[in-house]
Amino acid sequence: MARTVIPFGPQHPVLPEPIHLSLVVEDEKVVEALPTLGYVHRGLEMLATKRDYNQMIQIVERVCGICSMIHSLCYCQGMEEMLGVEVPRRAKMLRVVWSELHRLHSHLLWLGLFADSFGFESLFMQLWKIREKVMDLNEATTGNRVIVSVNVVGGVRANLDESQVRWIKDTLVDVEASIKSLQSTIMHDSTVCRRTQGVGVLTKQAAYDLGAAGPMLRGSGVAQDMRQLKYAGFDEIAFEPIVETAGDCWARSNVRFREALQSIDLVRQALDRLDDTELAAKVKGKPEGEVITRVEQPRGECLYYLKGNGDKFLDRVRIRTPTFANIPPLAAILPGLDFADVPVVVLSIDPCISCTER
Amino acid sequence: MSFLKTSQIKSPWLMHFDCGSCNGCDIETLACLTPVYDVERFGIINVGNPRHADVLVVTGTVNPRNAQILKNIYSQMPDPKLVIAVGACGCSGGVFRDAPNVLGGVDKVIPVDVYVPGCPAKPEAIMDAVVTGLGKLKGILEAS
Repeated sequence: MARTVIPFGPQHPVLPEPIHLSLVVEDEKVVEALPTLGYVHRGLEMLATKRDYNQMIQIVERVCGICSMIHSLCYCQGMEEMLGVEVPRRAKMLRVVWSELHRLHSHLLWLGLFADSFGFESLFMQLWKIREKVMDLNEATTGNRVIVSVNVVGGVRANLDESQVRWIKDTLVDVEASIKSLQSTIMHDSTVCRRTQGVGVLTKQAAYDLGAAGPMLRGSGVAQDMRQLKYAGFDEIAFEPIVETAGDCWARSNVRFREALQSIDLVRQALDRLDDTELAAKVKGKPEGEVITRVEQPRGECLYYLKGNGDKFLDRVRIRTPTFANIPPLAAILPGLDFADVPVVVLSIDPCISCTER
Repeated sequence: MSFLKTSQIKSPWLMHFDCGSCNGCDIETLACLTPVYDVERFGIINVGNPRHADVLVVTGTVNPRNAQILKNIYSQMPDPKLVIAVGACGCSGGVFRDAPNVLGGVDKVIPVDVYVPGCPAKPEAIMDAVVTGLGKLKGILEAS
């Protein structure tokens, strides 16, 4: 049969965000996939020349609304390194608490969208119901549901008192039990397995060669997680990256499912290590020099390059986000798939287009 | 009012388009559909096809590339229609208004009926905006 080009996106029910894929199709098989980006590009790295380094925190938080806390964490760590600021231990632990709560809600969100991509609407609803409890934690402790805005250069601006710590722990017991009650559905339900097992397989070598990041990389058997770099409070917290070996959509969703449970454990560990040091260190001087910092986002490795010139405005902010790293592996696994599997596989990389295009 | 007009007010079908948002407002719009807020109890259904939609919910800033897509979607929707701009970015460009690839709010490209402030706007605010907008739509339908 002759080749047909089917446009997928930019407005598509399965995608919350606009990305365009030109799918070259023969019969029902995808032969080639050509991604087009640029629908969400705002050019916010350029704003570094118009906003000073403290105001830039509010900008980098809005690179991505789902992992906003982790973007500002990465930026603040870079600035602290450039300015030579030592962050107090309590602030480091609080950063772990909020960044892991963000990972938890992001993974629950993704698992829900993933279930929705193959039409499992009730699982989608269940997962988002659990997620609302995590959003309540964010809202009660920081004042906002999504963009929590807790980081400042030198530490954090919000604190947790004892009753809040107790409440977070109690809520997480609930959340953990609800997530575990869905475990057999997500891992073993025949509908889920038939749509995800053996679909969109990325081998370990291909994942490594194409530079995949995050759960995409760990789902293919490479044990690499930026939290192993022991940034923020991770130097004191017991942490092992979660790895699956199958490399298919099922493995990727399992990595995220297990990471959601792991995040609960990490939040608990961090809450147990809160001490009485202050919230933020005093910051003196103007940023000068170049730094590169890396953190682990829910979607993978996030890299910031910052360049200061002794002025309060930064010369350059360069952000490399995990979805950008995951697009070449996606383009490599799409050919050969059934057309109906494309939404599932596209969603399995957890695309965050607003991160990618900024 | 005729049956069709009544059902357009009582059960509006809603379409969401992300127009360069940071995801915050998109996720809050989606959260409206889930059990805690559950707008389906008001007959509001999220649809993927602009030809089926009565209400267009737009989040985020407009840039030269997605402005055309936004215009297409708007013109594909049947009249009368309602446009809701969600979030500070959709209203005015928000923190990104000075960024080089940003034209500004949604109203630079298509007419907007309801503006929802907030960064990101909370699900309650988005639901309130839909209800406010339906009041306006009812006025248009009664006049026609």
